[in-house]
Amino acid sequence: MTSQVDQSEAVDGPDGERRTGPASPRSGPQDGCGRAAKPIRRLDRVIIRFAGDSGDGMQLTGDRFTSETAAFGNDLSTLPNFPAEIRAPAGTLPGVSSFQLHFADHDILTPGDAPDVLVAMNPAALKANLPDLPAGAEIIVNTDEFTKRALAKVGYDRDPLTDGSLEAFRLHPVPLTSLTLEALKDSGLARKDAERAKNMFALGLLSWMYHRPTHGTELFLRQKFAKKPQIAEANVSAFRAGWNFGETTEDFAVSYEILPAKLPAGTYRNISGNLALSYGLVAAGERSGLPVFLGSYPITPASDILHELSKHKNFGVRTFQAEDEIAGIGAALGAAFGGALGVTTTSGPGVALKSETIGLAVSLELPLLVVDIQRGGPSTGLPTKTEQADLLQAMFGRNGEAPVPIVAPATPAECFDAVLDAARIALTYRTPVFLLSDGYLANGSEPWKIPDIDELPDLRVEFATEPNGPDGTFRPYQRDPHTLARPWAVPGTPGLEHRIGGIEKQDGTGNISYDPANHDFMVRTRQAKIDGIEVPDVEVDDPSGEARVLVLGWGSTYGPIAAAVRRVRADGGQVAQAHLRNLNPFPANLGTVLRRYERVIVPEMNLGQLALLLRAKYLVDAQSYNQVRGLPFKAAQLADVLHAAIGTLDAEATR
Amino acid sequence: MTDFPALRLVPKADGPQTAKDFKTDQEVRWCPGCGDYAILAAVQSFMPELGIRRENTVFVSGIGCSSRFPYYMNTYGMHSIHGRAPAIATGLAASRPDLSVWVVTGDGDALSIGGNHLIHALRRNVNLKILLFNNRIYGLTKGQYSPTSEVGKITKSTPMGSLDAPFNPLSLAIGAEASFVARTIDSDRQHLQSVLRAAAQHEGTALVEIYQNCNIFNDGAFEILKEPGTRDEAIVRLEHGQPVLVGADRHVVRGPDGELRIAPLGEGTALVHDAHASSPATAFALTRLADADTLHHTPIGVLRDVRRDVYDVQMADQLALAEEQKGRGELAGLLTGSSTWTVAE
Ligand SMILES: Cc1ncc(C[n+]2csc(CCOP(=O)(O)OP(=O)(O)O)c2C)c(N)n1
Ligand code: SF4
Ligand SMILES: [Mg+2]
Repeated sequence: MTSQVDQSEAVDGPDGERRTGPASPRSGPQDGCGRAAKPIRRLDRVIIRFAGDSGDGMQLTGDRFTSETAAFGNDLSTLPNFPAEIRAPAGTLPGVSSFQLHFADHDILTPGDAPDVLVAMNPAALKANLPDLPAGAEIIVNTDEFTKRALAKVGYDRDPLTDGSLEAFRLHPVPLTSLTLEALKDSGLARKDAERAKNMFALGLLSWMYHRPTHGTELFLRQKFAKKPQIAEANVSAFRAGWNFGETTEDFAVSYEILPAKLPAGTYRNISGNLALSYGLVAAGERSGLPVFLGSYPITPASDILHELSKHKNFGVRTFQAEDEIAGIGAALGAAFGGALGVTTTSGPGVALKSETIGLAVSLELPLLVVDIQRGGPSTGLPTKTEQADLLQAMFGRNGEAPVPIVAPATPAECFDAVLDAARIALTYRTPVFLLSDGYLANGSEPWKIPDIDELPDLRVEFATEPNGPDGTFRPYQRDPHTLARPWAVPGTPGLEHRIGGIEKQDGTGNISYDPANHDFMVRTRQAKIDGIEVPDVEVDDPSGEARVLVLGWGSTYGPIAAAVRRVRADGGQVAQAHLRNLNPFPANLGTVLRRYERVIVPEMNLGQLALLLRAKYLVDAQSYNQVRGLPFKAAQLADVLHAAIGTLDAEATR
Repeated sequence: MTDFPALRLVPKADGPQTAKDFKTDQEVRWCPGCGDYAILAAVQSFMPELGIRRENTVFVSGIGCSSRFPYYMNTYGMHSIHGRAPAIATGLAASRPDLSVWVVTGDGDALSIGGNHLIHALRRNVNLKILLFNNRIYGLTKGQYSPTSEVGKITKSTPMGSLDAPFNPLSLAIGAEASFVARTIDSDRQHLQSVLRAAAQHEGTALVEIYQNCNIFNDGAFEILKEPGTRDEAIVRLEHGQPVLVGADRHVVRGPDGELRIAPLGEGTALVHDAHASSPATAFALTRLADADTLHHTPIGVLRDVRRDVYDVQMADQLALAEEQKGRGELAGLLTGSSTWTVAE
């Protein structure tokens, strides 16, 4: 999903409807054996969902299909969805793991509302995902798994493959397991090991159906199993067998072609939110000239950032797996005192533990990045599912008046830029900064136009080197008159020895002070510093200039909201869209923007946290639309909400 | 002059320093008579011995009376939050090998709220010197019992006596894989400084328990170790390579069951103290020598001082090795990765 919203092209069609071109016979990429080539039909976009047991390798299969699709040059957006348990009981509904991929010949914004194609590796996967399928969708099922026992386990009295209940769909029953075993009968692998390659058979079949390049997957498998060449070859064989099966079997009469997307010129790669965020942290270190120090404690869905940064020690990045979240942020803050770019990464429960240290960082006025990959709460909540319910925790979750800036990326790739912006704020204003991502951004992926590193922001900082007070003294709390930032004097600098702490300190000297007037002044000054942070104005997308309804979002709801806006406009509706990346402070023009519209709709994956802030600050009647299902919004659902809001205004006008 | 291998990477001072160089202009706000004064004076007059630049010295503390310490040291300092100083100091020491980092903490700060950070700092063996001011009470919050208070302690929060068994901080430290464990007393400046010296020489985390009198809420807690009439009997001075003597006429011997016990001179052979023994067993046994209630035969000095890999050194080594193997990281290459496609104009 590229960020611009172009109305003229690329309207997500209603669910299940695919704009198809004429079927043209053309040979597939691997067709060399003189078989009559099957017809190829052109589509502009497809949504595929791979679903199976947690042990079936569905995330890997989805990742591979995504990489093939990225290499082909389609725009894409993904939605992995998996249980919190590592190996939930096999064959059960809670054990189902799925990966949805939306890809297109134009820019798209979401992983798609409903799959056009479902690959179901067992009855549980079919049952769990069937409710999401529109009529006419294709279902590829692994018939080998549809045994009486497996069916009974998920409450099917009769076999849905034969009882007519799937009549509304285009069903492809394929014995994936036995076909895989057959293909690997000479591999020398034990049956159990051979069977495990069935996901690659399915991947091969889908790769044939959609003309995906296969080279990358074969390379990947050989690298992944470099130490077990037999397994590597078995997987490659299963993958090829799946492809050839599609080519030869009667059941798959056509294959589909989705042309590369016409994205803005540049070099692209596919990237997930957590990877983009990790790269952003490395880049922030490079651009600031400061060594990165990450203090972290493992927690889903943030651990990947710790894993990723641990690989980049050759950038001078230090990663510290602490004994708990408090130590993670403590170490990062200690490193920041020493002149490092201190970072801590976590999810909601970890933020709760870090609160006191964040307050200390506010009082010390040291730069620090606090990354919260939000997940469903409260408490342990839904570890592997997405939610936006930590906004108020980030905003207010500390004792005392302890304002902290908040930056929230809107898409997986934007996590990169958001880190650089958060680092800019932290380093310029000497303050902890919250970066609020979420599970959906973290694990979802999209094409990313690789930036030119010379065009990344210059984040260099100047440490204090000279005394700034009378008689050659150093005043650690003497502020820059413009930013209100205090000097950052790191240990090792002669003449600037000073002591800082969480106790209230005197303006300027930093000495302990309990003076009432001084405290009042310091509280207000710390607030004024945050309020004065320069953030760009919020941009409003209102092409006709006649919209009366504004939809305003923040964070990962960007994709579904923008897709909904396209739908509404395609239906002739007028709606304006704005999206906040800076949540504290808000952009200076936000109040004006809000007052310009008769209705402001705020969709959030929480119970109305941004709306609460907007109402409090701007006295506008912002209306919430909320969902906390652990899943992103669907575009169709939001489009209905916007239609309804427009409809109400129209009705009022004609009354 | 003493050699301080742990300070190898810390820049040397240009010239000799004095205790005065380490004093700040801040008014010291401990209660008159508090043992913290003596510790402060001992530390201030010890620091010049290190011969390192003052600006490369950092004191990090938590919260408590003792934790006000950094404000009075004319070095870099941070007075942080309750219990978290070891974590904060770990981040600082791990990222700045050119600093000498000291932690000042209390018995509540280190062993109650911050117990987790303390044990992990000890097991990691970061180059930190932790000074634990043990007054067996919560001073700053006005006198509740602490995790080192004796059972049955009557305080405001335990009017009928405390119920929970205390920690033995040195046993705990040895259990947490500490590579350096020592104990000293606020009022014995010479001994205190000798222990600081050993701690500063030690590469890795050093835990120094300092018995400190809180004359307001737990006065006389260590009186038996200070009174001229009792102290010689009560204190067991440990010196590496020397027999462990108890008063004038007893010594520590290993009994037939392998346990340490105190016997009259002439009965059995005296245990010769080996602070560098690789097994922690005897050091642990020495931490249990004192009578927990009366503090009779309390060992002071360095109980354990062994060499072990130092976390921050190894962390720096890994960074250097990564750079050697892969070359200095190159951002454009990282961002591009291995799988891209190009969209033409
Ligand atoms: C999170 C938090 N909880 C509680 C306190 C209150 N508090 C301050 S110091 C202290 C105990 C200090 O005892 P100790 O560490 O033994 O230090 P001492 O004052 O005896 O030197 C407590 C409970 C606090 N400051 N912060
Ligand atoms: S309360 Fe006790 S420990 Fe605290 S300053 Fe007073 S005497 Fe010292
Ligand atoms: Mg105490």
